[in-house]
Amino acid sequence: MSYFVNEKGYYGDFGGAYIPEMLYPNVEELRQNYLKIIEDESFQQEFHQLLKDYVGRPSPLYLAKRLSQKYKANIFLKREDLNHTGAHKINNTIGQILLAERLGKKRIIAETGAGQHGVATATVCALRGLECVVYMGEVDIKRQAPNVARMKMLGAKVVPATSGSKTLKDATNEAMRDWINNPVDTHYIIGSVVGPHPYPDMVAIFQSIISEETKKQLLEQTGNDQPDYVLACVGGGSNAMGMFYHFVDDEKVKLVAVEAGGKGVDSGFSAATTYLGKEGVLHGSRSILMQTDDGQVVEPHSVSAGLDYPGIGPQHAHLFKTGRGQYVSVTDDESLQAGLLLTQMEGIIPAIESAHALAYLEKMTFTGQENVVVCLSGRGDKDMDTYMKYFGL
Amino acid sequence: MSRIKTLFQEKKNILSIYFTAGYPELNDTVRIAEALEKSGADLLEIGFPYSDPVADGPVIQASSKQSLDQGMDLKLLFEQLKSLREKVSIPVLLMGYVNPMLQFGVENFCNACVEVGVDGCIVPDLPMVEYEEFYQDIFESRGLSNIFLVTPQTSPERIRKIDGLSNGFIYLLSSSATTGQSLQVSENTESYFARIADLKLNNPLMIGFGINSKETFDKACQYANGGIIGSAFVKALEPADLEGSIQRFMLKFKS
Ligand SMILES: Cc1ncc(COP(=O)(O)O)c(C=O)c1O
Repeated sequence: MSYFVNEKGYYGDFGGAYIPEMLYPNVEELRQNYLKIIEDESFQQEFHQLLKDYVGRPSPLYLAKRLSQKYKANIFLKREDLNHTGAHKINNTIGQILLAERLGKKRIIAETGAGQHGVATATVCALRGLECVVYMGEVDIKRQAPNVARMKMLGAKVVPATSGSKTLKDATNEAMRDWINNPVDTHYIIGSVVGPHPYPDMVAIFQSIISEETKKQLLEQTGNDQPDYVLACVGGGSNAMGMFYHFVDDEKVKLVAVEAGGKGVDSGFSAATTYLGKEGVLHGSRSILMQTDDGQVVEPHSVSAGLDYPGIGPQHAHLFKTGRGQYVSVTDDESLQAGLLLTQMEGIIPAIESAHALAYLEKMTFTGQENVVVCLSGRGDKDMDTYMKYFGL
Repeated sequence: MSRIKTLFQEKKNILSIYFTAGYPELNDTVRIAEALEKSGADLLEIGFPYSDPVADGPVIQASSKQSLDQGMDLKLLFEQLKSLREKVSIPVLLMGYVNPMLQFGVENFCNACVEVGVDGCIVPDLPMVEYEEFYQDIFESRGLSNIFLVTPQTSPERIRKIDGLSNGFIYLLSSSATTGQSLQVSENTESYFARIADLKLNNPLMIGFGINSKETFDKACQYANGGIIGSAFVKALEPADLEGSIQRFMLKFKS
């Protein structure tokens, strides 16, 4: 069985390009060109140079000793939080900006939840001198204020999305509307492995650097490039897909994807998509999404803006349905506690998104031998407000 | 012959009106359809609302949201439409997004359309390849039309393909835009309309998106079989004087 995209743009039952005709020319242009451009030597050269000199890659694979003692396994953290701009998101925006340039685009749009993807997009636009408009839910603008300020300083225009739950899903709607209205000179940098084909595949390819490096680093540090488990949080699923990518076809490596359980999966305030969702179409692809019987999208809830999304990428839906990946969830409380634990045991303040992946370690049992890699997708600077309020600091 | 085919054979300057089901009041759907036919509409597009209407501007976003908040869903809509054909004789299409239709089941959806006398649908985010592979037979075996959109960026080859798959009319977008913006007829728009007219397609053409005045409607009629009005109509609806507001709106286009 293949876990990757077929020539029609599908992962098993999921994927495709469910877009109105207005978006067809842009998406088709991408579909016809993305692999050609990415595989081109000059692209690869420029991409890897920037990842090294500008982003600061490779990101370290850090054996967290005290955490390892606590959980009785070798817990490795893949330090995407140390990337320039503070999260894995920049791997994708570097790739997409180089691609947009090669397609002759002059204007960049993006959606953002936590603001990490917005910052990463505003950053590469500043780097290359392109106009940048970022759509962000009104609720998220409030809870991620530091990132809004960064985007503005970087020269991006931040446009509030005021419809629906005023979070990531609504920001994505607004970005798609912008693209419909600007069909010629604009490229839409989607921030996760969602959207119409070829976005899920393209974003996964750019994020696959995470597992590519992890394999090398594990081999150097342990003599074995096969971990027993890899864990990552899932909003749309881009850091998870990057973490899984080079392990997907190696069935000995267990893939664990941690969704945002919110106040509890059955509380009515949750973003645990695989638990609560059904198959359907959102934002251009067929996947699993939280919806009513009538096919209306249900408003999700998570303390973490980056995971506050009612869907997951189509490749994740496929990994879930085939049983290749294990999809689980932790609550708001559990992840905030895990964030504090990492801070006080290892001196690393994680993004609340990443803290979801860490929180699941509590629920696993180990024998002391296992090698476990957790994708630490981002740093917690943007979340200080939430942490301070929650812990009364 | 189907109601749609007959309409295009018998009439010119066809005026088609879009409105959202269940708006302004939940039970206004058939009432609006009836009033529109009385005031001279030739064709109706009844929108079934969706929570995330990415191709729509603020007016239709708001009407969709209000309709959903009031309790509209596809089951209720088909229930309401049971009385449609007692009151309305012009062709009627349903317009909406693919996900509600998928959850209802495409086959169930098409059966329900036939039962209540709906003539076809417009589903902008249902891709042509999916339609051809999975749904074309379901539609055509029931005599339902599926209407495709064309924009100024659609290539001539793709337009020909769309023409081949269409059996009603082709929905020509005045520009690539979300609904509700005013049609700016520039030289580019005119040359695009003329370019499409020159293709001599098998299906009739209707121009939509941004038609909000007699002037823009006449422009549409100059290049196509007629025009489609959506946001401008939805905006004009007055809950306190529904029939009156519909009549006044339609008068502007019938003079
Ligand atoms: C640090 C961090 N991790 C994870 C995510 C979730 O996105 P994804 O599931 O695409 O990795 C975000 C999104 O904003 C983020 O900022």
